[in-house]
Amino acid sequence: MITHFLMNGLDARVRIALVVIVAIAILVPASNLLLPPSSPFHVPTYLVTLFGKYATYAVLALALDLVWGYCGILSLGHGAFFALGGYAMGMYLMRQIGTRGVYGNPILPDFMVFLNWKELPWYWYGFDHFAFAMVMVVLVPGILAFVFGWFAFRSRVTGVYLSIITQALTYALLLAFFRNDMGFGGNNGLTDFKDIVGFNVQAQGTRASLFALSCLLVAAGLVLTAAIVNSKLGKVLIAIRDAESRTRFIGYRVATYKTFVFTVSAMLAGLAGALYVPQVGIINPSEFSPGNSIEAVIWVAVGGRGTLVGAIVGAVAVNWGKTWFTGVLPSFWLFALGGLFVLVTLFLPKGIVGTWSEWRAKRRAAPPADATPAPAE
Amino acid sequence: MTEALAANALLYLDDVKVSFDGFKALKGLSLTIEPGEMRAIIGPNGAGKTTMMDCITGKTRPDEGEVLFEGGTIDLTRLDEATIAELGIGRKFQKPTVFESHTVEDNLYLALKSDRGPFATLFHRLSGTEAARIDELLATIKLTERRGDLAKNLSHGQKQWLEIGMLLAQEPKLLLVDEPVAGMTDAETMETAALLRRIHASGKSVVVVEHDMAFVRELGVKVTVLHEGGVLSEGSIDHVANDPRVIEVYLGR
Repeated sequence: MITHFLMNGLDARVRIALVVIVAIAILVPASNLLLPPSSPFHVPTYLVTLFGKYATYAVLALALDLVWGYCGILSLGHGAFFALGGYAMGMYLMRQIGTRGVYGNPILPDFMVFLNWKELPWYWYGFDHFAFAMVMVVLVPGILAFVFGWFAFRSRVTGVYLSIITQALTYALLLAFFRNDMGFGGNNGLTDFKDIVGFNVQAQGTRASLFALSCLLVAAGLVLTAAIVNSKLGKVLIAIRDAESRTRFIGYRVATYKTFVFTVSAMLAGLAGALYVPQVGIINPSEFSPGNSIEAVIWVAVGGRGTLVGAIVGAVAVNWGKTWFTGVLPSFWLFALGGLFVLVTLFLPKGIVGTWSEWRAKRRAAPPADATPAPAE
Repeated sequence: MTEALAANALLYLDDVKVSFDGFKALKGLSLTIEPGEMRAIIGPNGAGKTTMMDCITGKTRPDEGEVLFEGGTIDLTRLDEATIAELGIGRKFQKPTVFESHTVEDNLYLALKSDRGPFATLFHRLSGTEAARIDELLATIKLTERRGDLAKNLSHGQKQWLEIGMLLAQEPKLLLVDEPVAGMTDAETMETAALLRRIHASGKSVVVVEHDMAFVRELGVKVTVLHEGGVLSEGSIDHVANDPRVIEVYLGR
């Protein structure tokens, strides 16, 4: 049943994307680790980490496309789930520092010693175990999304109102995590990580492995989301997007479906955040800032919402652009991003991948020029 | 007396009152639909036809009165839309609402009677029986040729038929059909009347709300005239058409 379910989503576009992603997951770390720096095919470590970060953004974009592109839930707070997954990973990484911190306390992270705390808060228990932390990475965003969805969707909050509430959710978390009393390091967040499952986070090999894992997470996320949207449940999601009350009147509990897909999406976003943190080396409350979530919406819009592969393309393309642009004209990036969003909305409403497949479909429908029979002489 | 009436009825509305911000949409509406009956409901704008449908399908809760289903055993005022749909009441909206970005086939597939839980649908696979049922429905609504087309590319009349097909796919006991021929050509109107008569002949109860008198005459069933939130007249089309009160408020002028 599960195999059939997972195989179900693998159409041609998804298959091609999977091959490309897995090839990148193997080739990039191989070139970084095996080729000498002098070789023209050598990928420097800083680029490996940079693209590893893009890969985690791509997973966030996939999660967002699942709810926005297929179910019409425009979440402007998906960054919150990403950040929560990141914090869960950050807490594990903090506990791995042990006595190597500035204050050398074997149990308490530096910021707690600094705040004069005597013992570890209860919610930090268990985070020294990798497996426990990994469970929390999906469970915490999942539970938050479930509870949020349960109330919001049952009360039939939709459209712009829902978007505003999701925005408020991430903003509330931003303010909460800024407080030192919360026990998550206040505005400095969690940083100075040393080891992840026994490997130095700074080491070239670890970075290459994290990159490969991030790519594999993109691939796994794509298989999962494609399987969901191609199942009958996926058709129900599209039905809800197109005609919510019609779906209700043929007997589907719309709130249940929305809560389900919102929760799955939040869990995926949490996993992305967990792989993001060891690669960038820090997690702080700014990850909850509403701007981040809105940027994620733009990635999906640029790539093409409701296409899945488009979300990946959009996330990588926009972030690559951002890296380049902030190098050239740092103070104009937000204008460029806003302009990009306006241009895409006006001229490319289906995004890169959506427009591409439309063009392909049109070309296939029109008879090819060379196939017309030559006039008889 | 009322118990006896309710016990024999498929749908039983008694003294239903609904008001919105002081506007009384229904002022004590009573209506009984027998099992296997087809009924036409007419009435001028604002007579409360759509509000009545909203009360039956769980969209609006009446302020007062009873809405009972299946011999008075089920109180519809306590249930939500999805539960009522699963009990066997299908509703067609005034404006045709189909899933525009799904194919005609998938529209019917989603409407087929089946387990509506999210996990059941996640792992659901189209069975042979279901495929056969879809073929049968496509033939009934005369859309076999268009099965692979997106619903948004259908004509207005075809969308109305597809929506009726989706109601049938749910295998309801009672169909509520709101203005099925609005915006249809005369040929399509007659075709729709024939379709509804076939559905009725297959043993289902049907309630049709309509403005079009020619269409109601074509159906040839008992007619209820609503006016200002209550029943004004009831009987055959000729009976109501000759009722002086009906002529005054609705047909005359």
